[in-house]
Amino acid sequence: MRYSGFKVIKEALTGHKGWKSTWRDPEQQSHYDIIIIGGGGHGLATAHYLAKVYGEKKVAVLEKGWIGGGNVGRNTTIIRSNYLLDGNEPFYEISLKLWEGLEQDLNYNAMVSQRGIMNLIHSDAQRDAFVRRGNAMMLNGADAEYLDLDQIKKEYPFLNFDDARFPIKGGLAQRRGGTVRHDAVAWGYARSADGNGVDIIQNCEVTGFRIENGKCLGVETSRGFIGATKVGCAVAGSSGRLMAKANMRLPIESHVLQAFVSEGLKPVLPGVITFGAGHFYVSQSDKGGLVFGGDLDGYNSYAQRGNLPVVEDVCEGGMAIMPMIGRARLLRMWGGIMDMSMDGSPIIDRTHIDGLYFNGGWCYGGFKATPASGFAFAHLLAKDEPHETATAYRFDRFEKGRMIDEKGMGNQPNLH
Amino acid sequence: MIINHPLLGPRDSAEFVYLGDANLIERPDPEAETAAREFYEYAYLRDNPAGEHRELWFHEAGDRSWLVVTRNTLTHEISDVQMARDVARSKGRSK
Amino acid sequence: MNQINRLKGGQIDRTQTLNFTFDGKTYQGHSGDTLASALLANGVRLMGRSFKYHRPRGPLTAGSEEPNAMVELRTGARQEPNTRATTAELFEGLSAQSQNRWPSLKFDAMAINDRFSNFLTAGFYYKTFMWPAAFWEKIYEPIIRKAAGLGSLSMQADPDAYDKGFRHCDLLIIGAGPSGLMAALTAGRAGAEVILADEDFAMGGRLNSETFAIDDASADVWVQASIAELAALPNVRLMPRTTVIGAFDHGIYGALERVSDHLAEPAPGKPRQILWRIYAAKTILAAGATERPIAFENNDRPGIMLASAIRSYANRWAATPAQRVAIFTNNDDGHRTAADLHAAGVKIAAVVDTRTDAPRSHGYEVLQGAQVIDSKGRLGLTFAGVKLADGSMRTLECGALGVSGGWNPNVHMTCHQRGRPTWDDSLAAFVPGGALPPGMTVAGAASGNLSTHGALQTGAQAAKAALGLKGRLPKLPSAEDAPVSQTPFWYVEGCSRAWLDQQNDVTVKDVKLSHQEGFRSVEHLKRYTTLGMATDQGKTSNMGGLAIMAELAGKSIPEVGTTIFRPPYTPTAIGAMAGRIKGMDFHPTRLTPSHYWAKERGAVFVEVGNWLRAQWFPIAGETHWRQSVDREVAATRASVGVCDCTTLGKIDVQGTDAAQFLNKIYCNGFAKLAVGKVRYGLMLREDGIAMDDGTAARLEDDHFVVTTTTANAAKVYQHMEFVRQCLFPDMDVQLISTTEAWAQYAVAGPNSRALLQKIVDPEFDLSNEGFPFMACANINVSGGLRARLFRISFSGEMAFEIAVPARYGDALMRKLMTEGEEFNVVPYGTEALGVMRIEKGHAAGNELNGTTSALNLGMGRMVSKAKDSIGSKLSEREGLNETDALNLVGIKPLDAGDKVTAGGHLMNADGPVDAKHDQGYVTSAAFSPSLGSMIGLGFVKNGSDRVGEKMRLVSPVTDLNVDVEIVSAHFVDPEGGRQRA
Repeated sequence: MRYSGFKVIKEALTGHKGWKSTWRDPEQQSHYDIIIIGGGGHGLATAHYLAKVYGEKKVAVLEKGWIGGGNVGRNTTIIRSNYLLDGNEPFYEISLKLWEGLEQDLNYNAMVSQRGIMNLIHSDAQRDAFVRRGNAMMLNGADAEYLDLDQIKKEYPFLNFDDARFPIKGGLAQRRGGTVRHDAVAWGYARSADGNGVDIIQNCEVTGFRIENGKCLGVETSRGFIGATKVGCAVAGSSGRLMAKANMRLPIESHVLQAFVSEGLKPVLPGVITFGAGHFYVSQSDKGGLVFGGDLDGYNSYAQRGNLPVVEDVCEGGMAIMPMIGRARLLRMWGGIMDMSMDGSPIIDRTHIDGLYFNGGWCYGGFKATPASGFAFAHLLAKDEPHETATAYRFDRFEKGRMIDEKGMGNQPNLH
Repeated sequence: MIINHPLLGPRDSAEFVYLGDANLIERPDPEAETAAREFYEYAYLRDNPAGEHRELWFHEAGDRSWLVVTRNTLTHEISDVQMARDVARSKGRSK
Repeated sequence: MNQINRLKGGQIDRTQTLNFTFDGKTYQGHSGDTLASALLANGVRLMGRSFKYHRPRGPLTAGSEEPNAMVELRTGARQEPNTRATTAELFEGLSAQSQNRWPSLKFDAMAINDRFSNFLTAGFYYKTFMWPAAFWEKIYEPIIRKAAGLGSLSMQADPDAYDKGFRHCDLLIIGAGPSGLMAALTAGRAGAEVILADEDFAMGGRLNSETFAIDDASADVWVQASIAELAALPNVRLMPRTTVIGAFDHGIYGALERVSDHLAEPAPGKPRQILWRIYAAKTILAAGATERPIAFENNDRPGIMLASAIRSYANRWAATPAQRVAIFTNNDDGHRTAADLHAAGVKIAAVVDTRTDAPRSHGYEVLQGAQVIDSKGRLGLTFAGVKLADGSMRTLECGALGVSGGWNPNVHMTCHQRGRPTWDDSLAAFVPGGALPPGMTVAGAASGNLSTHGALQTGAQAAKAALGLKGRLPKLPSAEDAPVSQTPFWYVEGCSRAWLDQQNDVTVKDVKLSHQEGFRSVEHLKRYTTLGMATDQGKTSNMGGLAIMAELAGKSIPEVGTTIFRPPYTPTAIGAMAGRIKGMDFHPTRLTPSHYWAKERGAVFVEVGNWLRAQWFPIAGETHWRQSVDREVAATRASVGVCDCTTLGKIDVQGTDAAQFLNKIYCNGFAKLAVGKVRYGLMLREDGIAMDDGTAARLEDDHFVVTTTTANAAKVYQHMEFVRQCLFPDMDVQLISTTEAWAQYAVAGPNSRALLQKIVDPEFDLSNEGFPFMACANINVSGGLRARLFRISFSGEMAFEIAVPARYGDALMRKLMTEGEEFNVVPYGTEALGVMRIEKGHAAGNELNGTTSALNLGMGRMVSKAKDSIGSKLSEREGLNETDALNLVGIKPLDAGDKVTAGGHLMNADGPVDAKHDQGYVTSAAFSPSLGSMIGLGFVKNGSDRVGEKMRLVSPVTDLNVDVEIVSAHFVDPEGGRQRA
C-alpha cells in the first residue's frame, strides 16, 4: 500500500477501513539466507537495504521484544555529519545523504528536518579544533560554516551573552544537520523491508548461536532453531551480552546515557545547539518539547536508568547557556544502554566465526548513523567485503593500533 | 549511588571518578613472549557483564584512594568495596 | 457576590479575599483556593484548549494529574507555561493566561482542526507531507511547529533563585494522606528520624476532600491533630509543598519543595524552589490513588470531570463546577460524590450507574444499568445523553458530569528502578509488585488498600516493618472500611471520538486504528498515538488505552503490559534542577596568586579550564591585542619577562622508590637523573598515545617535583595514583598534588639571571656554572623565605621558574616587577607565552591532542626500550609506526603577509584539494614578532623528511588558501644556545 496525501484523504472519507497493518506478523521459516538479530533502527535498515538494494530474497529480522524498542526508540533524534577523522566523516556524510532521501525511498514520513546544528565555541583551543573539523567536513564534501560571535548573537539571541562563565566566542554550524522523528525511522524501515519480503519476527529472542567447525549455522531462539547462511548482529546496547553467546569478548562496554524532554512549548529553538563548555545539547521537537541531553553517567550499566548528579549536571549546563529555560519543566528522563567502544567509533565487520557478522559499538552516535550503518552492513553481508565508507570499522584496528579516536580519550569508553 | 568506602564509610558516588573494569589491575608482564597480544587484550577487551562487575573508582574528592567496587550493572547494587591496593597485592602485584 | 458557584464550608479562609485575573478578567477567590477552584467558584469552566484539535477544556481533576487546565502563570520574566490550575495556589494579584489558542480562549481559530479530525488521526503525518521533499522544512513543518506546543516561555532569563539541599532520614514517607500520617505517627513516636513529604500545600491527602468521620469527629480534626503532634516531635520533619520526584539508587530520592510558588514573588533572599536530595534508609510510598475516567463520545467537554475531583472541589474548596451535576459511575465511589453534593445543596440531575444493581438513593435519581453515551455544549457541558437499561434514550440537563471508573493505585515510584507492577483482578488495577526500589514499601491506597481503615492500618504496619519495631500495632482511630470492588468498565461500547488522553487528543478510535495498523505492543501504541505522552504522563489515560488494546488483541491487560514509569513524578522546573549553578557560578573560578596584582595592571584575562589567567597586559596607547603581545614577546627576548605559570600541575613525588616510579610513568628514563637536575618527561597512556608532558625535578634523592600541563593536572594525578596503588602497590612512593601550594613564575630572557640575583639570597650561586640549564634547587629568597628554583625554559630564552609558598606569590610578583625596573621587565600573558613556545617548537595541548604518539611529536626515540613504562608496549603497534606517520613540523607562509590558521589542512603543492589527498593539519599558529610573519606548528605525513617542501594550507571553512613551506619546528634559536647561556 502506497502512502500519500490522497490516500489519507480517501481513507478519512471512508472511515479508515482501508489501512492495513504496517508490517506482517509472519511465521518464521526454518532457514534464511541472512538473519539479522536486532529489530532496532540499524537492523531494520540493514534488512531494507539488503532487500531493496542488494536483492536478497530470504531475509529475517529477529527481535526479542517489539521493533524499534532499543535506542532508536529513545534518543535525542539528532542527525549530523560533523566528524573530524577520515575513518568517520565519509561514513557519516553518506548517512546524511541517505537521510535526505529517506522519505521518498521508504514512502514514509520520518520528518527529517534539516534545521541545522550548531556547536558553540568558548576558547581558542576549541576554535582551533572546530576549524580543523569544519575543514575536514568540507574536504569530505559535507557542509560546514564557521560563525563568529556577531552571527551567533543574531541567530541565537536568547543565549547567555551577559554573564556566561565561559563566554561564547563563535560556533561551527552544519546547516544540513537536524532532527528526525526517531520512532518513525524504525517503522518506515520495517514497513519497507516487510514490503520487500523480509520477515520481521517480534518477540523472538536469540538464546544462542549454533557454531560448528568455526562456522555459524544459525541461531537458537525462544521460538526454536532457525538456520541461516549468514547471521548479522545489530543489537547495540546488548552487544556484549549477545556476542558472549558466541564466546566473544568485545572492545565495548555498556554505559548508561540519560536524555530528557521538557513539557511542550511554543517554538523556542530553531535548530540543534551544543554547549561547548558544559555537558548540554538541545533541540525542540515538532510537538514542542525541548529534547536535551549531556554526558554519560560514567559507569558500566545495563539498568536503563541513571542518577540525579548527571540530571543536575545537564540542567546546569542548560541554565548556563540559555537561562530562559529555567521555568520550563523537565517532563521525563530516561536512560539507554550505550555500546561504548574503546575508541568511540563503531565496528561493522566479520567476526572470526564464518558466517557471523557484527555491527555495534555505536556509543551514543548510533541514531544519526542508522541509514549508513544499514547500508554498509547490508553491503558487508551481501558482498562479504566492507562498504567503501566503512573500511576503517574493523575489529582488528585496536590490536593494530589504528584507533579512530575523535575525542582523543584513549581506551577509556566512558570518556568518549 | 552510595559507595561504602572501607576507610571512610558511606560516601556519595559523586565524590568519585570512574575508571572501569578492575582487571586493569592485572597489567601483563611486558617481558612475556606474548606481551603484545596480552597488552592488547588487557587494554581493549572487556567481559562487560550484565550482572556483577568488579570495577575501579577513584575517590578524587576524598582521600584519593582507588577502590575496587563490586556492583551489579543491572540493579546498581553494591555488594563489596575493597582498597584497590589490597586487591593488587592479593593478585601478586608488588613493585 | 461573583462567586456564583461557591458553596458553604470547605477549607478556604473566607476572611482573606484574593483578587486575581484570568485572561485579563478580574475575579475574587480566597486563601486556600487553587486557581482552578477559584475559577470554578466564579462559574468559569473553560480553562484551556487541547493540543491537536484545540477542543475547549476545563479541569478534569483536582490535583497534579491534571491534563487539561493548564495556563501560563504570571507575567514578564516569571511567566511559567503549562502550569496546572488545579495545583496553583491562589495569591493576591495572581495573573494567568490561557494558552494554545488564537485569538482567544472562547474563539480559537485553530479549532478548525477539530472539523478535520477525521484527516488528523493517529500517525496521519507519517503517511503524507512527503512531496516535494524540500517542502517539509519550508512549508509543512513550520506550520506544524507553530500549531503544536502548549504554553510559551518568556524568553527572558529566569530571575528567581533555586537552591539545593541534602537531607538524611531513617524513614521517608511519601504522601501525607491517612496512611502516610499514620506511618509518620507510628515512626515518629518510636523516635525515628522521619521526613513526611506531600506535594499538596495542605497535608491530609484524600481526607481533605471527604466528609466522613475518623473516630468521633470529622476527618480533618484527626488530620490537624496528627499534624500538630508530628510538628511537635523533634525527630519528624514535615515537608508540605514537596513533591518526591524520583527514586534513585541506594535510597536516594529527589524532592522538589515549592518554597515561594504560593507567593507573588519569593521573599528577599529566598529561593523559589529547592531541590532536595533525600538519603533515606527506608521509604514508605503512600502516594494514594487516582480515579480513572470512563470513555464515551465527547467526554472531554468543560464540566466533565472525575467524580472525586468534583467532590474535592465541593468539600475542600466549597466550589462546584455547576449548580446541576450528573454522575456517571461503575462503582460506589461515584455515589459518594452525589451524596456529598446533594448535602451541599447542589442539584443532582441523576446518578448514571452501569451496574444493574446499583444502590438507590432517597435524595436523587439513580439510573441503574445506564450509560452516558454522548454530551452537548460547545464551550461547556449542557446536556448528557444517557442510554437507559431498557435501551431507550434520555437527556440529562447538567453543567457538570462526574465520572468514576474506579481507582488506580499510584504505583509510579515503585517502578522508577524499572520494576513492573502486577495486576490485581479484584481491583481491576495494577498494584505494586515485582522488584521495588530497595528499602521501599507501599501503604494505603497506593498499595491497593482503598478504604480509610485500610490506609491507616497499612500505614502503621509499614512503619513498624520498615523500622523493625517490636510490639503490637498502635491503636488505630476508627474509620470507614467500606468494601471496595471494582468491575472494569473502560469505555462505552460503540464510542469513537471518546477521549482517553485529553491533552494529546487521543481517542478510542485512534487506539483502534493503531491496532489495525499493527502497532499493538503497548510501547508501539504509546508512540504511534502519543497516548500518555502529555505533561500528565498518562496518569488518567494509560489504563483506558491499555484496556482497549487488550480487548482488541484478545489478551488480558497484564498480558499487554504497561509502559515504563519514569521520573520525575510531576514535571520539574529545569531551573530547580540546576540550582545556583548558572551564570558566572556555572563553574568555580580559580585565581592565580598574581591575579589581583595583574588586575591592578589592567591585564586582560582568559578562561583556561576553571582558571582565569592573564592573557596580555595592555599599556597606554595600545589599541589592539597584537601590539601588547608583540611587545611582551620582544621585551622578553630582549631583556626579561615574567609570567605566572602557577596553573601548571605540580605533583610532589617522594619515597625511596620515587625514581623507579617515575621510570614507569614516563616513557623516558629517570632512574639516573642526578639530584639537582630537571628532565623533560613524556607520559604515555597505556595505549601508547601521549598523555601529557612536563618536567620532573630531582630536589633530593627521594624527592621529585613533577609538573603537568594546566589542563591535565587532575587527570595525571589520578593516573599516577592508579599506577602507584593498583599496579605497583609495594613501591615506597607517596604522591601529593601541590598545584595550589606553590606560586610559580617563569622569569625569562637574557636578563633573567641578573633579575633573580637581586631576589635570591646571596649564598646561592646562579651562575651558568653553579646553576646550569636544567638545574634545580631548594633556595631562599628575600632573606630566608623558602623557595624552589628550576632552570627550565619554555620560551627558549635563558629562563628560570621560581616557586614560593602561594601566600607569598603576590609579594614575589610585585618584587620581581620592582627589582626588574632597571631591566625594563615586562609581565607577559598566555598569548606571549604561546607565541614564544610556538617560535621554539614546543608541543602543548593543541599538539598533545590525545591522538598523537611520541613518534608523531618527534620524540619517538625518547621511548626507552631499556625499561618498561606505561604505554611502551602498545606504542609498538604497526598502526602507530607507519612510514608515512604524521610528524611535528613548522609551517611558514611563502608570502610573509599570508595568514596561517590553526585547524587548516595541508595539501600537496599540486593536485586535488580533498580529504583523500590530505597531508596533515596545523595545530597551533601565531604571529611571530621574531620572524615578522605568522608561523605555525602542525603534523604532516612523513613530515620529518619533507622539511623545505612547498605545500598548500587550506581552510575552506574560514576561506583560506595559501602557499606555505614546511620548516623545522624550531623557528628561534634551533641550537638552543640561548637557554644554555
